[in-house]
Amino acid sequence: MPSATLLGQALISGVLAGGLYGLLAMGLSLSWGLLRLVNLSHFALAFLAAYLVYELGTSYHVAPWWSAAMIVPAMFGIGVAQHWLFDKFRVNELASLLITFSFAVILEVGIQLYWTADFRRYETEYSTKSIKAGAFFIPVLDLTLCIVAGLLAWGTWLWLRRTYVGKALRAAAEDPGIAAAYGVDHKRLAYLLSGIGAGYAGIAGTFIALIATLAPAEIWAYLGVVFAVVIIGRLGNPLGALLAGLLIGASESLAMAVLAPAWAPVVSFSVLIVILLWDPEWL
Amino acid sequence: MVEGKGAWRRRRVLAGMMGGAAALATPAIGRAAPSGKPVRVGGTLSLTGFLAQTAVIHKISAEIMVEEINGRNGFLGRPVEYVLLDDQSKPEVARSLYEKLITVDKVDLIQGPYATAPILAAMGVAQRYGKVMIQSSMGIPKLQTYDRAFPATPFGSEPNVTYPNVILDCLATFPTPPRTMAILTSKFPSAQFMALGMKEQAEKRGVKVPLYLEYESGNRDFGAMAARVKEGNADFLWVGSLGLESNLLLEALRKLDYRPKNHFHLYPAPGPLAVSPDGDKALCSTFLEPDEPFMSRPGMKRLAAEFKEKATKANLPYTTIDAQACGMAAEWQILEAAVNGAGSLDDAKIAAWLKKNKVTTVYGPTRFDGPYNHGDAAQLIKQVQNKEWKVVWPKEFAAPGVKLIAS
Repeated sequence: MPSATLLGQALISGVLAGGLYGLLAMGLSLSWGLLRLVNLSHFALAFLAAYLVYELGTSYHVAPWWSAAMIVPAMFGIGVAQHWLFDKFRVNELASLLITFSFAVILEVGIQLYWTADFRRYETEYSTKSIKAGAFFIPVLDLTLCIVAGLLAWGTWLWLRRTYVGKALRAAAEDPGIAAAYGVDHKRLAYLLSGIGAGYAGIAGTFIALIATLAPAEIWAYLGVVFAVVIIGRLGNPLGALLAGLLIGASESLAMAVLAPAWAPVVSFSVLIVILLWDPEWL
Repeated sequence: MVEGKGAWRRRRVLAGMMGGAAALATPAIGRAAPSGKPVRVGGTLSLTGFLAQTAVIHKISAEIMVEEINGRNGFLGRPVEYVLLDDQSKPEVARSLYEKLITVDKVDLIQGPYATAPILAAMGVAQRYGKVMIQSSMGIPKLQTYDRAFPATPFGSEPNVTYPNVILDCLATFPTPPRTMAILTSKFPSAQFMALGMKEQAEKRGVKVPLYLEYESGNRDFGAMAARVKEGNADFLWVGSLGLESNLLLEALRKLDYRPKNHFHLYPAPGPLAVSPDGDKALCSTFLEPDEPFMSRPGMKRLAAEFKEKATKANLPYTTIDAQACGMAAEWQILEAAVNGAGSLDDAKIAAWLKKNKVTTVYGPTRFDGPYNHGDAAQLIKQVQNKEWKVVWPKEFAAPGVKLIAS
């Protein structure tokens, strides 16, 4: 029987790992839920950002937060440009899957051409720093990621609920015709949302560079679990995405501690199936 | 990859400037330039996909070897052309590409792909057409059941028995030999195969294995596993890792303020583990390292220098030649020896020659007359010391002045 310390540590580790799932899921959830575009290139953009943070950090000794300050606006621009293409070619939900998959593959090849397929690891002095709380250790970087993800999720949720722009976006997602009749310029707002989603990929990428291994093929490593998180958290709901990420992360980690690590990937999809069948009202 | 005449002349002039001693390691001197229709050798490597990190090392080695072979006499006096395709790390793609290489491109010979799964896929095609296939990275030798498939790496026929015993012999020399061992392994087939062997052999020799964990290849979060390792606190940690998984696990352990007493890693990314603050005293298996006595083997110094140059040009973060890179070099050394020895490009004659003869490769003399065409196992143990890998076991292969360090 695992000890309470082991269970507690596994729970902490899983919740913090879930923060990254949630952060990655947020941009995807917004795009899918409010723009009806399934943006698979979100993962590639996050990894592009991660590689840029790595490059700026290792070659030019730029601190990651300064890198993020440059990269996130650039990602916003890429998101806007990407939406311009979607708009120009009238890309629908189904076609967006194929097109953004192609974007992701092109970005993967580009990353491989420049950084090679070899593993990259951005070692920083705070990579392995932890805070000791009783018998438990809380990794500083993972905690920071979780706090940032929480702030972004909460802020975005409030923005969508409380502001005119947010309400307009939600209305347009529900019924574009009626929303337009009330003066909502969905097209312009869609550019903003697309940029925000890509910006979130930039923020996720910054943390990926600091806590994970970089290799071009890793772009696809998060695809399955983040899709499960997006569905569990409900489309277009940033707070739901974060909470679902934390739930999946914690479940995976506890499965590793109690059962066996090999069970972890089964957990996310089992949770997805259970929740889809259960369909709780509170979600 | 066929050499131009000009390039070859330049090499002859340079070779001619070298002294008599260098001539022993530079067989280009005094040979005729290969000429005529190229001998086309087809093969795939995982240039993209999840195996690409290591396959790129094999590609560089192959390029060096093809240049060297063409700098000598080619195959039977004809230049060698390496027709290399990308199998995308997918066995099904490897299978189709080998079919294409043999039936459409009509290559004369083939070389094996990288990693167990693509090798198995390609082996089926090779068997259908009776082609000789030499490979250097099949981690489960008993699966090599095709009688014209040959290993270039001295794994031996039962590495799941020999590898663990070399490790256990090494550990037995510690001032306090480990009595408990934690085993963590990726479910990647060759890693899992070795982990099960390690567990079995350790228990046979009286070392308890209180913790045995398997994780999915590509696992993202090592936090919970690190917590279990810390709680188990075994005397020795054996990790069946691939690539950077070792680094991630050791980092996760450090986040819990825990350092394993002594630790072994199966297939780590060598550079990142060596330079990692957590990598100190890490152990790993190898067949050679760029140190003595291995660098004195014929052609090894030149191979190491050329590898460094090409790897740097290819922007690889770790440019030192290692056992992986030498695997592909050995493949080409074996093929060259077999073609020239058999005096033919006929696969049946090449296979027959290999079964009767030894070939001296960068790994030393290699024979192919054992089970599954494997010869003797030649595993060594290396250790990270001062951020460099050094062979430490058996003692006769240790680099000058280097000793095994126990924590």
